[in-house]
Amino acid sequence: MSPAANVAGTVFVDDGLLTDTPDGPALLGSRCADCGAHTFPRQGGCPRCTGEAMQDVPLHRTGTLWTWTVQGFRPKPPYTGSATHEPYGVGYVELAGQLLVEARLTESDPARLRIGMPMELAIVPFREADGDGGDGGGGGPTHTFAFAPAGVDR
Amino acid sequence: MTGVAIVGAGMHRFGRTDGVSGRAQAVHAARAALADAGLKFSDMGFAFGGSHSAGDADTLVSELGLTGLPFINVYNGCATGGSALISAHAAIASGAQDVGIVIGFDKHPRGAFDTDPSEHGIGSWYGETGMMVTTQFFGMKIQRYLHDHDIEPGVLAAVAEKAFRNGARNPMAWRRKELSAAEIAAAPMISHPLTQYMYCSPGEGAVALVLARADRARDHTDRPVFLSGAAFRSRRYGSFEVFSPWLALDRADSPTSEASRAVFEQAGIAPSDVDVAQIQDTESGAELMHMAETGLCADGEQAELITSGATAIEGRLPINTDGGCLANGEPIGASGLRQVFENVLQLRGEAGDRQVPGGPEVGFTHVYGAPGISACTVLTREETR
Repeated sequence: MSPAANVAGTVFVDDGLLTDTPDGPALLGSRCADCGAHTFPRQGGCPRCTGEAMQDVPLHRTGTLWTWTVQGFRPKPPYTGSATHEPYGVGYVELAGQLLVEARLTESDPARLRIGMPMELAIVPFREADGDGGDGGGGGPTHTFAFAPAGVDR
Repeated sequence: MTGVAIVGAGMHRFGRTDGVSGRAQAVHAARAALADAGLKFSDMGFAFGGSHSAGDADTLVSELGLTGLPFINVYNGCATGGSALISAHAAIASGAQDVGIVIGFDKHPRGAFDTDPSEHGIGSWYGETGMMVTTQFFGMKIQRYLHDHDIEPGVLAAVAEKAFRNGARNPMAWRRKELSAAEIAAAPMISHPLTQYMYCSPGEGAVALVLARADRARDHTDRPVFLSGAAFRSRRYGSFEVFSPWLALDRADSPTSEASRAVFEQAGIAPSDVDVAQIQDTESGAELMHMAETGLCADGEQAELITSGATAIEGRLPINTDGGCLANGEPIGASGLRQVFENVLQLRGEAGDRQVPGGPEVGFTHVYGAPGISACTVLTREETR
């Protein structure tokens, strides 16, 4: 497994999804050394050329919104998000030259989401501190990755 | 290669049947199909079948009869029924078998499907963080499609309105109450731009079909329907499918497009020859997108076809005449076979209040399932090849 990223002391849902870069944590993907295809998360086989020359690569921290929706109800298990449901945005963000990554969005208002808008990676809490029904790890809330409208204060 | 015919069809009504197990519904459908063909279970040379959550199909032999036949379980998500039928088609077309049965059934709890990421080779984080939800995928896929083809979202309500109108004419359907487009559009939003009544619900039901060599079909029935094509495809690099934590930048044709092209070629039939079509409508947007992916129309033509009534039972391209998944719900294992059952009735002229006028001769079915698989059939009243 990759080394866990240093996300400022927060508990992250799966440390294998992240890596450190000089600009901060980035999603950790794979790039095929033979054909250049990318995947997220990292994997050992290339889905395009069927080869096995996959190398770890940090994914871009910014992109554009390719499509989106809003999750209107609290999903059933295996969802472990906070008990009180706030609708959350979900979308695919296009990372130029790499891939489209599926992510939660920090914006959930349909009027403020549009295809093509610039987005940037964010690390956000999605469930309360473990011990309130989480995985018993203790500490603060568990975080996951998301994309936020770029240049907007959060 | 020998031709393949459907010589018997049976169904247990869809919806909620409290106190009757999914397995009992499967046995009911199998007995109905056998009776329709004038055959006994002991006449069957083979069986393919499946359910997602109501048990292993092969164990139905304890009720149907311990005859020693090869009974293969199929487990292909929403395309389970379609996959079972494709397997049966191959068994007969190859000459290996003469007559057999296909059985699809299911019984799901209420509420949206929940799926375990590990069964898809995806980390548990994907489900934990709330992305392992099929309804989200459909919202995102139709959102992009409407954007790319400049279609007004209002048409999504019209698709559901037609489904409930057709379901109201179908005694086997779950939802038999008509709803207006305005009521559908005003329902609670599930995943923007799709409201509650634009989605189907997990449900219950069973369908069975008896298949035989085409050259012996008339030994069993005087109204055989020929399975002139059956094709199945999985996703390719670049297609946009359910449960994808990432997508390629390249766009490729969907498994639906590829399976449809293959099935029409197999049958020697053009999409424009189709008289009645059942296509996967797990939500309104799916019907709209699949109309084009199957080749029944061009991208962007759907709004005109839907609002003009062309896809209604009396229109020139009737789609989902039994109410589709929207009115019937989705018992995963049975759903694809329900579509074939409906086309068998339509081609025999036995669809009652929802019969397509003019004596349809060519039927098309398409079922789509996670994680990006598609199964299509072409049914005809006469052998095409």
